Amino acid sequence: MAKELKLMKGNEAIAEAAIRCGADGYFGYPITPQSEVLEHLMAERPYLTTGMVVLQAESELASINMVYAGAAAGKRVMTSSSSPGFSLMQEGLSYIAGAELPALCVNVVRGGPGLGTIQPSQSDYFQTTKGGGHGDYRLITLAPASVQEMYDFVELGFDLAFKYRNPVAILSDGVIGQVMEKIMIDDYKPRWTDEYIEKNCPWAATGHRSTGKHRIVTSLELEALKQEAINNRIQAKYRECEKNDTRYEAIQCDDAEYLFVAYGSAARICMKAVELARAEGIKVGLVRPITLWPFPTQAIKEIGGRMKKIMSVEMNAGQMIEDVKLAVEGKVPVEHYGRYGGVIPTPVEIFEALKKMVK
Amino acid sequence: MTEEIIIAGFGGQGVLSMGKILAYAGIMQDKEVSWLPSYGPEMRGGTSNVTVILSDERICSPYLNQFDTAIILNQQSMDKFESAVKPGGLLIYDPNGISHHPTRKDINIYQVAAADKANELGIAKLFNMIVLGGFLKIKPLVTPEMLHKGLEKSLPERHHHLIPKNEEAVEIGKSILTPYHTI
Repeated sequence: MAKELKLMKGNEAIAEAAIRCGADGYFGYPITPQSEVLEHLMAERPYLTTGMVVLQAESELASINMVYAGAAAGKRVMTSSSSPGFSLMQEGLSYIAGAELPALCVNVVRGGPGLGTIQPSQSDYFQTTKGGGHGDYRLITLAPASVQEMYDFVELGFDLAFKYRNPVAILSDGVIGQVMEKIMIDDYKPRWTDEYIEKNCPWAATGHRSTGKHRIVTSLELEALKQEAINNRIQAKYRECEKNDTRYEAIQCDDAEYLFVAYGSAARICMKAVELARAEGIKVGLVRPITLWPFPTQAIKEIGGRMKKIMSVEMNAGQMIEDVKLAVEGKVPVEHYGRYGGVIPTPVEIFEALKKMVK
Repeated sequence: MTEEIIIAGFGGQGVLSMGKILAYAGIMQDKEVSWLPSYGPEMRGGTSNVTVILSDERICSPYLNQFDTAIILNQQSMDKFESAVKPGGLLIYDPNGISHHPTRKDINIYQVAAADKANELGIAKLFNMIVLGGFLKIKPLVTPEMLHKGLEKSLPERHHHLIPKNEEAVEIGKSILTPYHTI
């Protein structure tokens, strides 16, 4: 397959990937710092080439419900937003998870709470990984740390969404959304045909077609025992997902005595802090969760278990640290270092915090 | 080789596009690159800055607070970033509008009087390329050939006839660079 080298913003990479992987539709509403997703799609006008629908909806509520409808028809559909807008989508995401439909949503996080700020943050970790909407559901959550991953995770996100018939979130932030980096992009892949969807998505509401049977997409089941059975089926999928699709990256962990755990842009900043620390003889490594749900619990248990101390570095007041603590089961002390409200911690700052922890 | 650069000035001075051209030229030269703008309310009529990193290795943090080079184009940016240059590093600035000149003794400091020169030659829009020329004189990270390719990539095709003028501006920048304080 022909690959092409480009210099792109993270947000543009999301849009470009959607077109090139053969997505059927994007429905969104502008909000900083992710507006380039919709802007790039509108500039590229894929509705004239691949036939992909790009629509600026009247609100985030409309966007997520358009995604719900597109997904119900077996289409590969997505939306993107930033924190306050993403909050508005939580009801829809719960319905999509309840109806067991595949969908992709991107959150380019900004500082909160409330309207907060437009600067980068990671303060939506709880919302995304613990369920921002109601009910026992999970969002499969991918945390890109580079523009290339912003690009790659769109197709991966669709694949996982269809594999588990569950919404997938790409949890990014203003740094990864706004930074331009060099990326390799793929050739255009065709969108799925109606025949393909008919064959591979027997649940999709595509009309009777050959079967003559009704296909009903709903998240409502008033009989408790039946609702429990649906929940059991959903939970079984989640156990499968935990087993097969947990992803992480371990950097310089083999000889490490201390460990950073960080994702997304915080992980990139920690990579620099690792460099600074190692230059002064502090043996520190980094585990970067790539899936935030399922969380790489086992990996952190094994790698973290060998460490003297662990520091969870996040652009929030301490959210992922709870999962890190659960992973090491109290056997290794875990500290948190974070800046929030739109402030990005510097590599030197994290290095200083590490030195204090080591002392 | 890793070069960590901050370019800072007013919105409208071409800070972001200068960084973009450098980043594209870096890509043409097979380097890893990162370009991170400051974004938000501060860009509306206020200061604008961009962190550009060129490297032969995987780039760690796109966000930095210490730089090998600071290219400074107004007083606010001088106040903010003079102290952010690593010891032994490089500071290049346009003295136009600068009332408090840099005072550090542990870094190399050069002036590039790009605003005056651009006005004198009637090429105000090429101001940023004159500044870039000053930087490339000290740190020839990208060859003129790659810079040409970088310009081709970063400028829309309808502006490609302006590439020679951009390249001339870079050469002017190289010729007017003056040492202010060297170690």
